[in-house]
Amino acid sequence: MKEKTAITKTQMPAAIKAVNNVSFGSKLRSYMKNPGSFIIMILVMAAALITFAALLFIICYVLIKGVPNLSPSLFAWEYNTENVSMLPSIINTLIMTVVSLVIAIPLGLFTAIYLVEYSGKNNSRIVQIIRLTTETLSGIPSIVYGLFGMLFFVTALQWGYSILAGAFTMSIMILPLIMRTAEEALLAVSDSYREASYGLGAGKLRTIFKIVLPSAMPGVAAGIILAIGRIVGETAALMYTSGTVAEIPSNLMSSGRTLALHMYALSSEGLYENQAYATAVVLLVFVLLINTLSSFIARRLTKS
Amino acid sequence: MHAVFFIAAIASIVAVFLICLFLFVNGIPAIGKIGIFDFLLGTKWAPSNNPPSFGIFPMILGSIYVTAGAIVIGVPIGILTSVFMAKYCPRRIYKVLKPATELLAGIPSVVYGFFGLVVIVPVIRSLAGGTGSSILAASILLGIMILPTIIGVSESAIRSVPESYYEGSLALGATHERTIFRVMLPAARSGIMAGIVLGIGRAIGETMAVIMVAGNQARMPAGLLKGIRTLTANIVIEMGYAADLHREALIATGVVLFIFILIINVTFSLLKRKEKN
Repeated sequence: MKEKTAITKTQMPAAIKAVNNVSFGSKLRSYMKNPGSFIIMILVMAAALITFAALLFIICYVLIKGVPNLSPSLFAWEYNTENVSMLPSIINTLIMTVVSLVIAIPLGLFTAIYLVEYSGKNNSRIVQIIRLTTETLSGIPSIVYGLFGMLFFVTALQWGYSILAGAFTMSIMILPLIMRTAEEALLAVSDSYREASYGLGAGKLRTIFKIVLPSAMPGVAAGIILAIGRIVGETAALMYTSGTVAEIPSNLMSSGRTLALHMYALSSEGLYENQAYATAVVLLVFVLLINTLSSFIARRLTKS
Repeated sequence: MHAVFFIAAIASIVAVFLICLFLFVNGIPAIGKIGIFDFLLGTKWAPSNNPPSFGIFPMILGSIYVTAGAIVIGVPIGILTSVFMAKYCPRRIYKVLKPATELLAGIPSVVYGFFGLVVIVPVIRSLAGGTGSSILAASILLGIMILPTIIGVSESAIRSVPESYYEGSLALGATHERTIFRVMLPAARSGIMAGIVLGIGRAIGETMAVIMVAGNQARMPAGLLKGIRTLTANIVIEMGYAADLHREALIATGVVLFIFILIINVTFSLLKRKEKN
């Protein structure tokens, strides 16, 4: 069913274009007759121009100002106040990302599996509550997550400022994102796959893990990559959970700042503007890579 | 295995429950001690005075002003851009622009904040005088930051209007623009409103970018070009050294913010439900 509507939707614009072929000249005449429409068209174009000019300006400005400031000493193994190396923060970011994903992926994926494969089409009370809470979670601003992480993981569980506390906070934050994308990906798997698998004698679990999940994998992966982007860029939720020590932590219970926090520290101290530019470049490059990867995977998904 | 999946599904419920529990348990007592009216409507925030005063009204106003500014700047541009994306953009350009809006959403808020600090603030300083860190700077920056949210939601709302509406209006002799603004946008109204509400939520909750450009003076708003402190900024700036009642008052600030967000979320899901019907 779902696939059928998707096909007709993509075919529709082509069919309409053939009917509504307007030449440039007649468009011009129409605008001459309706100056109001012309003004609105200009406004729409201008708004789009502003949006994309702003994006381009931000990226180019940061790159142009930042790239010349990238120096080898910024990637020194040890951080000190002279080189303000960002390498420890990069490593912290990697650790933070991995730990958060290890917690959030199983939870998010299993929730999605429960919602799609087990709860059935009927909207029971519990499914409604799960949807409501994930919607709530996705709307909570990161500073509230930070406060909660500080009160719960850092203080109540007595973990102190630690990578682990930060990672748990982040995993709650990215949970709705992973869950929603995984759910959409699972829903998009055609029911005929499941029926064929059952028909061949496979059980429910086997069908889910061998048939449904592999075909939903690109969608799930795109969601995970978006989640990585959020972890890399997060500051407010980590400030009072993972702390701001600029060193590579000896274990998960010690504090460590991620790259985004490192950049905030640099720019708020006011002494290291050039280094802040360079850090911004590295952050931006990460985000660009993550976004490209995610849309690449999503495109492969729509092609197949 | 059914049980395992079910337990995972419960996790989000547990998370929301714990967040509410810990915020309210740690924050509500402080509101009680300070007095709810003194806390919410007090115009003076001076935690180190003797006796200290904990009025967060300046910060509430700060958040509202900055958000309103972001709406004034972001909503018209956002909606018009979404119209462009849905109804003007040739397929080939769309393939470039759609990932671009996603990138706009993906840029970390520190990078936005830094950009505001080194570009927007100095420009305002040289054009209008003062320090440059102001409501205006924060509004412009937040206006840019909420664009991808508004564009994304309202574009899909416009696209979900049946194509027959568009064709019908054209067949009656209306121009492309008249059709879009008189037929398509009214039909997509609740979806677009949902996008705006979501944008409001983003703007109120934004922390780091605002801290870096808003000046953060804890006083009543004094004008567009004067500095201001938002609820979110108040928490981040002072949490590092706060103790006792001061710390609790900051958590209570978080509770107020949380309640704002909950109201916005409920509005959003109501609007979305209305769109579906």
